[in-house]
Amino acid sequence: MNTPTTLNTATTEHHDPYLAHHFDSPEQQNASAKVGMWVFLATEILMFGGLFCAYAVYRHLHPDVFEFCAGKYLNTTLGAINTLILITSSFTMAWGVRAAQLNQKKVLIACLSLTLLGAAGFLGIKAVEYRAKWVEHVWVGAWNQYNADYTGPDKVSSTPSPTAAAPASRPIDPHLLVEDANAGTANESKIKPRFAVDTALAAPPVATASAQRVDYDDLSTPDKQRVNAFFSCYFLMTGLHGIHVIVGMGVITWILRRSLRGEFNARYNTPVDLVGLYWHLVDLIWIFLFPLFYLIH
Amino acid sequence: MSQPSPAAANHNTHESHAVPGWILLAVYLALVILTGLTVAAAGINLGQFNIIVALIIAALKAALVVLFFMHLFWDSPFNSIVLICALFCVAIFISLAVMDTTSYNPNLTAPQSVQIGQ
Repeated sequence: MNTPTTLNTATTEHHDPYLAHHFDSPEQQNASAKVGMWVFLATEILMFGGLFCAYAVYRHLHPDVFEFCAGKYLNTTLGAINTLILITSSFTMAWGVRAAQLNQKKVLIACLSLTLLGAAGFLGIKAVEYRAKWVEHVWVGAWNQYNADYTGPDKVSSTPSPTAAAPASRPIDPHLLVEDANAGTANESKIKPRFAVDTALAAPPVATASAQRVDYDDLSTPDKQRVNAFFSCYFLMTGLHGIHVIVGMGVITWILRRSLRGEFNARYNTPVDLVGLYWHLVDLIWIFLFPLFYLIH
Repeated sequence: MSQPSPAAANHNTHESHAVPGWILLAVYLALVILTGLTVAAAGINLGQFNIIVALIIAALKAALVVLFFMHLFWDSPFNSIVLICALFCVAIFISLAVMDTTSYNPNLTAPQSVQIGQ
């Protein structure tokens, strides 16, 4: 449709080949794109919000499981190094956006390359961590030694020892022994059932009680069967975050390629800006994942 | 501090002014220091307050990233409203779910230990 002549006219009219015809100005175009990006980031926050909710519920119900697993299987040093890597890559990304706005092509290319390097470093360390979990048989489902369907070596039994399990030896909650006012009367049918509190469930969290590192043997019987809750949360949340890092590397490569072609300048840099926003969100989520998983103790 | 390039100066109607380099550097340093702080704070046993301290520091770091790296400090307030709405929904979601979790604890004891009266 567009002959070279009409294309040229359009370009001259707008002074800007990147300005879509339905926008008045590059500024308006950039602002609209940013609103769209923020709405997308809001949906990302809601998606991760569901996982953070699962984390909150499981940690609330089984605090000892999280103490035990994080203390035994997560490497705080690697987590902290990864946090620093991601913060640094966020910084280089922010500087890259600034460089694009200031027409500094070489700085922009350097910043994007450094950001890409940081992302790769983050994933490398993450791979080392995931591998360690594989070697220690603490993945999810049948690959986790604490799960009932695990069949590999070093299976951990969650069945309590016979002495602890004997129902007869279970201490009865004292309030059960209080005689009901209706006992032995004609109103026996009015005796209200009382529910014994399972002492294992009611026991105070080991960590707050002893302020020491929680071992598997310290866990209550229900907790021993819920060790999986931690690893499900861990792999789902860090895994989804890792997928975002991979996608981030893809889009950063894309704008790196475009900036090598010299497509960005002070007037047109919206893609750099939006990819920057995405990359900062990835950093933002890790800022919360790090203390929630690696710093429990 | 580098001055805006001539091209940028020609089009000074451009809405998104480049963030001054010193602000980016200061935010970066603050983020690194806060990371060190949160690791150090985790080493001290504060009982239940460990998680609160960790979350406060994380929220501070998040605020720095959102305001300065993500430009919300200078941006149109509409973008901030979008973010706040999302955070508000997540807050409702998590707080109601956690409240609900504990509400049924008395009824969730082991069934084999049910006993009636004496």
